[in-house]
Amino acid sequence: MVVFDKPHALLDVPLHYCPGCTHGIIHRLVAEAIDELGIEGKTIGVAPVGCSVMAYDYFACDMIEAAHGRAPAVATGVKRADPENHIVFTYQGDGDLASIGMAETVHAAARNENITVIFINNAIYGMTGGQMAPTSLPGQVTQTSPYGRDPKLCGYPIKVCEMLSELEGPEYLERVTVNNVKNVRNAKRAILKAFKNQIEGKGFSLIEVLSSCPTNWGMTPSNALKWIDEKMIPYYPLGVYKDRSAEKEVNK
Amino acid sequence: MADKVLMKGNEAIAEAAIHAGCRHYFGYPITPQTEVAAYMAKVMPKIGGTFLQAESEIAAINMVYGVASCGLRVMTSSSSPGISLKGEGLSYLAGSDLPALVVNVQRGGPGLGGIQPSQSDYFQATRGGGHGDYHMIVLAPSSVQEMAELTVKGFELADKYRMTAMILADGTMGQMMEPVSLDFELEPVPEKPWATTGTKMAREHNIVNSLYLKPDELEKGNFDRYERYKIVEANETRYEEYLTNDADIVIAAFGIAARVSRNAVNEARRLGIKVGMIRPITLWPFPKAPFEKAAEHAKAFISVELSMGQMIEDVELATKCRVPVSLCNRAGGMIPSPAQVLDCIKKIANGGNN
Ligand SMILES: Cc1ncc(C[n+]2csc(CCOP(=O)(O)OP(=O)(O)O)c2C)c(N)n1
Repeated sequence: MVVFDKPHALLDVPLHYCPGCTHGIIHRLVAEAIDELGIEGKTIGVAPVGCSVMAYDYFACDMIEAAHGRAPAVATGVKRADPENHIVFTYQGDGDLASIGMAETVHAAARNENITVIFINNAIYGMTGGQMAPTSLPGQVTQTSPYGRDPKLCGYPIKVCEMLSELEGPEYLERVTVNNVKNVRNAKRAILKAFKNQIEGKGFSLIEVLSSCPTNWGMTPSNALKWIDEKMIPYYPLGVYKDRSAEKEVNK
Repeated sequence: MADKVLMKGNEAIAEAAIHAGCRHYFGYPITPQTEVAAYMAKVMPKIGGTFLQAESEIAAINMVYGVASCGLRVMTSSSSPGISLKGEGLSYLAGSDLPALVVNVQRGGPGLGGIQPSQSDYFQATRGGGHGDYHMIVLAPSSVQEMAELTVKGFELADKYRMTAMILADGTMGQMMEPVSLDFELEPVPEKPWATTGTKMAREHNIVNSLYLKPDELEKGNFDRYERYKIVEANETRYEEYLTNDADIVIAAFGIAARVSRNAVNEARRLGIKVGMIRPITLWPFPKAPFEKAAEHAKAFISVELSMGQMIEDVELATKCRVPVSLCNRAGGMIPSPAQVLDCIKKIANGGNN
């Protein structure tokens, strides 16, 4: 008999996320990975500024709240404080990771910093009420692109996995989503791998999770999940963008 | 007998930090503090420490934030424009009550300014540097020996009060060479049960955080922090007095300005002018007591600064404007000469204003 239980690494407190938001699912996947690898006692998580700012109240491991966009730098410090004994992850939104914190992201990846980055791409600034994000799609209506994102005025969305894959540094880059059961399972596998890589000392792993924001997209939860399929995945194809260890295997 | 070695001020800071048990340094290149990073880059890998050149001062201070969260001694160094970038991190360190050491080897500003010595970041340092209500412990060395001593002291005070300590030096202090002894005793490092080093499944999780959405909780955090600051003010204020007992004129000067002023004081005394000097060593907390005391007999104060007049406001506050305070200054990277300071003293002695 399978008993459905909360992962140990997720505290038994109510989450504050909106109905239909996928942050909760992704929290759970991260916590399951921590449980399965038995690393809760040595894990330190770094929360961002964004909707998941209060992730420090949800994860049972030690937690740090970083300034907006600076989580990879903070995580670098935490890892370097005790590389043998600290397992470090950051959990960041797209504004946090790909706009204000882009330099910290790129350089942590370039250094192949031995950390795990969980990147929530919901194509919008959720917490501040739905402004245009670096990942908002062309034409996407937001509070600060009320006529739709016009690439002529504000450029094109940033494809983080593709961009980072050009770097020599990072070990592992994969884009997943959690909009149906199959995709959730796949996301779980990727997140688990990203933590395993760190345990094995392989270096920087980033899992980009296409996520929903029904509240700020102005959609029902189920339409938001459909929107991921119809709009986001075509622009942000799922898949592995870099897996250095696997490449090495192939080239042997 | 303590062995003395000839060192540059910046190197003395680096060596003293290592002596104090600091094994993590993060920085970004900028003149005139380069030697701190260069020294750390050489030594840290050999003693199992971490030297990391960050992608920016913003990243460096956040790496400091990460190590500080884990309860280890950690530092960064920079110069004025870089310290501005660290402002965000300084505020977060204060909001999360994390101990760290930050060195500012000041250069002239504003903007890109120049690379010559300056003291024009006094306001930025003593008022906090970033947003919100907070202070740093600000230490102002005026010799290479003090660069070393105050670095060690800075780590100790930071740990003791869970605050950032800042060494506020300037280009001259950083570059000058003097004999230094590093032969001083260290205080024991306090326990840090709040550090995020992993629960080991043996305790509740620790959280390092500066977010309090409930205003009454945030207010309480501010009140508590300022109670702690009162203890710092009461116990950790440092200064040096020079010939102030009978002084009619009292100079206020720190760092390189104090060295210059000391020569001027000696020369003025030779001419029969009763002048003395108070040299604040902690700029925050500012040593109000010696100024209050001196205001009882002094007829005038002169603030000698490498800025457009910043510390002068603290002198006026400390003396409650009972006695006129005038400014004797250079700015933009220029240093007042002993002759200029002597002129300022003579003018005041002759009943004039500067
Ligand atoms: C320096 C700074 N700038 C701006 C903000 C305001 N702010 C808070 S959350 C946020 C957007 C976060 O969006 P994202 O990273 O996409 O995460 P989401 O809320 O969508 O999960 C912004 C701009 C801030 N807290 N700090």
